Amino acid sequence: MNIATNDDCFRSMLQGQSQLPVSPLMWLNKLRASAVDRVSALKIPTTRDEEWRFTDIAPLTKFLFQPADVVPYPQTANVSRFYLTEASIRLVFIDGVYTSQLSSNLSDLTKNSGVIVSNLSTGIPEYAAMIKPHLGGYVEFGDNIFSALNTAFLHDGALVIVPRDAQVKMPVHLLFITTQAKVVSYPRCLIVTEPNSAVTIFEDYVALQQGTYVNNAVTEITLANNASLNHIRVQRDSHQAFHIGSCAVSLARSSRYQSVNVALGARISRYNLNVLLADTSAEATVDGLTLIAERQLADIHTCIDHAKSNGTSRQLHKCIVGGNARAVFSGKIMVRPDAQHTNSFQSSRNLLLTLKARVDTKPQLEIFADDVKCVHGATVGQLNNEEVFYLKSRGLSDTMARNLLTYAFGAEIIDRIPIASLRCQLEQIVLEQTQGG
Amino acid sequence: MIYQDSETLLEVCGLRANVNNIEILKGIDLVVRSGEVHAIMGTNGSGKSTLAKVLAGHVAYEITSGTVFFKGKNLLNLAPEDRAREGVFLGFQYPIEIPGVANNQFLRLIYNTMRIQHGKDELDPLEFDDFVREKMRLLEINPDFLDRSVNEGFSGGEKKRNEILQMALLSPKLAILDETDSGLDIDALRVVAQGINQLTNRDNATILVTHYQRLLNHIVPDYVHVMDSGRIIRTGDKELALELEAHGYDWIGTEHRAILGT
Repeated sequence: MNIATNDDCFRSMLQGQSQLPVSPLMWLNKLRASAVDRVSALKIPTTRDEEWRFTDIAPLTKFLFQPADVVPYPQTANVSRFYLTEASIRLVFIDGVYTSQLSSNLSDLTKNSGVIVSNLSTGIPEYAAMIKPHLGGYVEFGDNIFSALNTAFLHDGALVIVPRDAQVKMPVHLLFITTQAKVVSYPRCLIVTEPNSAVTIFEDYVALQQGTYVNNAVTEITLANNASLNHIRVQRDSHQAFHIGSCAVSLARSSRYQSVNVALGARISRYNLNVLLADTSAEATVDGLTLIAERQLADIHTCIDHAKSNGTSRQLHKCIVGGNARAVFSGKIMVRPDAQHTNSFQSSRNLLLTLKARVDTKPQLEIFADDVKCVHGATVGQLNNEEVFYLKSRGLSDTMARNLLTYAFGAEIIDRIPIASLRCQLEQIVLEQTQGG
Repeated sequence: MIYQDSETLLEVCGLRANVNNIEILKGIDLVVRSGEVHAIMGTNGSGKSTLAKVLAGHVAYEITSGTVFFKGKNLLNLAPEDRAREGVFLGFQYPIEIPGVANNQFLRLIYNTMRIQHGKDELDPLEFDDFVREKMRLLEINPDFLDRSVNEGFSGGEKKRNEILQMALLSPKLAILDETDSGLDIDALRVVAQGINQLTNRDNATILVTHYQRLLNHIVPDYVHVMDSGRIIRTGDKELALELEAHGYDWIGTEHRAILGT
């Protein structure tokens, strides 16, 4: 394979970039321009790069993807099946473009509660002082061509700012819908929480039809002192699509980040989640579920970085792999010298449903402090015969027993999602997939 | 209780079984009739738990010779789920935890699967809820049992009560309870034993596999069998259990080996 050609593909992806409207904010134009420079300088990663050892993204370069130039307005009925049945605050993006007609009435929300939920491109000039310290400040694009591309195309996206002491009861649903093949979208989210605030964010990637497209997403989250954030991320893209996502979270003193990420879709997907416990007594829960089959590949890389003392992190990541699919989990826990009294627990559990299914799991601990408690482990296996026997001894058939155990394996993660209707949707998907596979 | 005209439920004849090519059961003969309570006692490693698992159809054991008939059917030809549907129930020594599946969901699934097997309609969640709560009251089980994941984080006593609750729902013809008393404190032992007593009747039978005599203070066995090295070496009535309690297993093993001349 010709590497130069692949990099050309990425540079050609920059073509639409110059048509972005120039911002009145110099810093934003500079941010984009430096990202453009990085795209031109960086090479597309190959399996020779340690970070991409298990995931060959060369198939992505065989297609030509462009940002959507005409964005259709889909039938509400086609879209509304993705809505939460609970009251929620919703932002909808079609092929990367903000669609106000399908989104909640946001100005009333801001007027009544002070909570800012907005399209990023209109929110940036309005709230520039609050945004500037954070936008592009957490997800590094210096070494990552995908994050660099996303930043180069930074325009529409989700902006959520939760003011001091605000407790947002309704979940904020960020719904990214792809409707066309051959398009690349650059979803971008910035979530800023002020001290003592609380909010639930649901980042959701869906497709209206099967098709080959690219979602290249970046999310940045910052938690102020004693803020609390639930972050649910569900990637249910088309099974022909490519999904590359990066998320970086920064936690201030005594803040709490609880997240569940679920990877169901895409032909090839990659999700990088970096959680920095930047100050003392922060808590992070980083759970995940990968449920794939056929020829799918889903690669999750997480890094939980304990920089200061008395932090707690818990991570349970599960993969259920069927067909010829391949799952990758790489989870690094870093405990820096100042992070004394860190308490960290990490577990990677993997279930292979077929002989051709494969998982590569790589839990890693890097500890530079001496008074810490860190536990980690990984298991890879098929269903436990003792468990199957237990259920069969109660009269369940072999198939029923196996389906129930597979379902249970996934449901343990799904049960941790604090939105009831989403739990139901996902449990149904797990049920269908386990019965199909 | 022993009844003169009762039906033979289980007939085990010359049963031998291996695990990983090591012979664990070395010729078991056992007849269980309806209405009876049998206790199978023995030291660890005597093969008593293996016998329980073999009867329930665990795949890890290879039957090398002998026969097992249940209600006249060749039990060894049936898959574990078919044995369960015919009325064999195994209460596990270590019940499996199933995080992610709510106990009420699980109990309803196994109950309805059995009802369908017997040509009855399924109970819907509300009907089942009334039904299961009544059974739970009899077993003094906390109602929050239903909402928790199956056995997850249950204490030893709670797990065993959940086994007896499943037994109550499935109404087996033959209940084989493997070390149901292990890990129970005195109060839990009393409640579990009462539950088992309530479920025994003239039409079913119970095999209690146990190491200690104390369960038999609460559930009076009609027969006590002592296993040693994969064989039943002695059969008696409840007095035998008391003798074992007084003298230990060594006494009977020595006596047995003396008879065999080994």
